[in-house]
Amino acid sequence: MLTYTLRRLLTAVPTLIFISFVIFLLLELAPGDPLADQPLTIPAEVRERMRTAMGLDAPAHVRYWKWLVQFVWIEPQVILDGWLGTGLAAGEERILSWQFRAPVFDIIWQRIPQTLNVVGIAYLVGVGIALPIGIVSAYRQYSWFDQIGTFVSMVGFSVPTFFTGVLFIVIFSVKLGWFPSIYDTTLRVTDWSSFLRQVSQMIMPVAVLALYNAAQISRFMRSSMLDNLNQDYVRTARAKGMAEGTVVLVHVLRNSLIPVVTVIALGVPTIFAGAIITEQVFKVNGLGQLLITAIQANDLPMVQTLAFVFAGLIITFNLVADVIYGILDPRIRYD
Amino acid sequence: MPDGAAPVLAVSGLKTVFRTRGGEIHAVNDVGFRLRPGELLGVVGESGSGKSVTMMSLLGLLPSPPAEVRAGVVLFDGRDLLKLAPEELRGVRGGGIGFIFQDPMTSLNPVFTVGFQIMEPLRRHMGLDRRRAAARAAELLDLVGIPDARARLADFPHQFSGGMRQRVMIAIALACDPRVLIADEPTTALDVTIQAQILELVRDLRRKLGMAIIWITHDLGVIAGIADRVMVMYAGQVVEEAPVAAVFANPRHPYTRALLETIPHVRGQRAPRLKVIEGQPPILLAAPAACPFRARCAHAMPRCAAENPALRAAGTGHAVACHWDAPAGREARHG
Ligand SMILES: Nc1ncnc2c1ncn2[C@@H]1O[C@H](COP(=O)(O)OP(=O)(O)OP(=O)(O)O)[C@@H](O)[C@H]1O
Ligand SMILES: [Mg+2]
Repeated sequence: MLTYTLRRLLTAVPTLIFISFVIFLLLELAPGDPLADQPLTIPAEVRERMRTAMGLDAPAHVRYWKWLVQFVWIEPQVILDGWLGTGLAAGEERILSWQFRAPVFDIIWQRIPQTLNVVGIAYLVGVGIALPIGIVSAYRQYSWFDQIGTFVSMVGFSVPTFFTGVLFIVIFSVKLGWFPSIYDTTLRVTDWSSFLRQVSQMIMPVAVLALYNAAQISRFMRSSMLDNLNQDYVRTARAKGMAEGTVVLVHVLRNSLIPVVTVIALGVPTIFAGAIITEQVFKVNGLGQLLITAIQANDLPMVQTLAFVFAGLIITFNLVADVIYGILDPRIRYD
Repeated sequence: MPDGAAPVLAVSGLKTVFRTRGGEIHAVNDVGFRLRPGELLGVVGESGSGKSVTMMSLLGLLPSPPAEVRAGVVLFDGRDLLKLAPEELRGVRGGGIGFIFQDPMTSLNPVFTVGFQIMEPLRRHMGLDRRRAAARAAELLDLVGIPDARARLADFPHQFSGGMRQRVMIAIALACDPRVLIADEPTTALDVTIQAQILELVRDLRRKLGMAIIWITHDLGVIAGIADRVMVMYAGQVVEEAPVAAVFANPRHPYTRALLETIPHVRGQRAPRLKVIEGQPPILLAAPAACPFRARCAHAMPRCAAENPALRAAGTGHAVACHWDAPAGREARHG
């Protein structure tokens, strides 16, 4: 297992480099001028100097190489410096956002908590309600519980989050006034009442995303349980005199979780990327919103870096899913 | 076996139906039999004749819905198993009555160790703690002829061959010293040499432990080798029941005779064409009101279409459900 993991990690390196190159090329080919937002009154030679200052005059391969070195060499050193108080990266030039005139990673670190608070918790809540729903729906197939569950997950799955999001805002903020419609990122939790305000502003975005995630995962859980409930080993467990609870929650569940846990692990990167729309709807200034505004502002270093971080997360969690699969299923041997 | 001993298991009037979309399937119709202590009762009959459904009905192991045990009395240990509360019935499953199933490849849970699966009934029925259960599990594996038993407790089912897995299944079924062992085609999925080994093992275990056995099979050759008595089933009914010698020497039901003719004679000069029984068993959309075999029977008479024959005595310990009076011996061919 360890050698397998190491080998997978090593093969991930060329994949990631290739992905970074493709991202760079795509952005290079995309139309748009990073200076388009600047006033038209700026004289041409000033514009040229600004381009030079941003490094835009260098040939493409030089710019790509510089970005790559900054990403894999300088930025990790900055992180180390932050942890250990060393000065490894002192004086090195970091990846700078054109839009904010600040290091890209400083801004990303600022935004991550918002995303994790809302989207990450929504994912956990989604998984937490999906598993029991899936189990009960399968065990009581075609019962009213299963029928309702099927209907709700069809809705949750097929209605896009920007629709449910707006619907929630109209009902719970505008009509009922229960929750704020805009997420206030400046809110600091210092005492009980600010904690309550934080919770109340998180409820709607978390609910919208959790509904969506739970719809998908509960369907997976249900069908996986159904597959296993008909297996011969279930009959064996019953013939041994095991209680129904043991049969379902030990024998069947353990087998059913194998594919579901994989799906859950594969879904983790979507916490960061897939929530772009929900963050827009509720004005949560997390990573998704950061990416959207960077695209609109032609902030190429930011877009490039974020896209690459997402790609890296996807590759990482693919590996995590495979490793978990190997741990859960004794029949799988990676070596 | 002494004929007078009180039976360990006495079944009478058992009726099981499946409620399906196409109507009710009457899979078991008024089946009754007695199993004496230490006796080996062979059950034969074509595919679909209701052998498995009968045995699973005894312990409530059929999925319900669609299965429904409509009527019958199953006396075991002075109690009617069909009337027991679920919790009490679970005490009998794997406790007083052990079950072995046909396919050893799928009957064990793939994600738990063999040790865990043998220890489960030990802890459930005998209340053993972990250490004592493990010790007993190792003894059991040793008993069923698995070398290096203690070390193999930690192995998973996929690390065993088919024959070894069936030995594990036997160990599980015998774990709590059952008084009755029900084996549903335990060797059908295994190749011939392994079949012979498993048969030898069961014969040996019966000598050592003295439990009564119900052995379901298609193979009359196997029956001849191990059974004390034989029960022949057709269309969910018992059509003939007799001591093993009587069945082979003096079969009374045309279906039993036909079954005997399908056995290839190894000692014959050149084995003639393998005989098959012409025709199909009936589809049991209603409990048969007439003899279910009459369409395939060479001795059918008008009475067979009017009245379903009941079991009647035909010699010592020999019963047959047929209107036709078969001549003695098995030479008289049907058709
Ligand atoms: N789940 C089910 N739903 C509907 N009908 C069923 C179901 N299981 C069994 N049956 C019916 O019960 C009848 C008896 O089946 P059973 O499995 O007892 O046969 P069998 O004698 O064990 O055959 P085999 O030798 O193939 O194992 C079959 O003809 C089938 O139509
Ligand atoms: Mg069967």
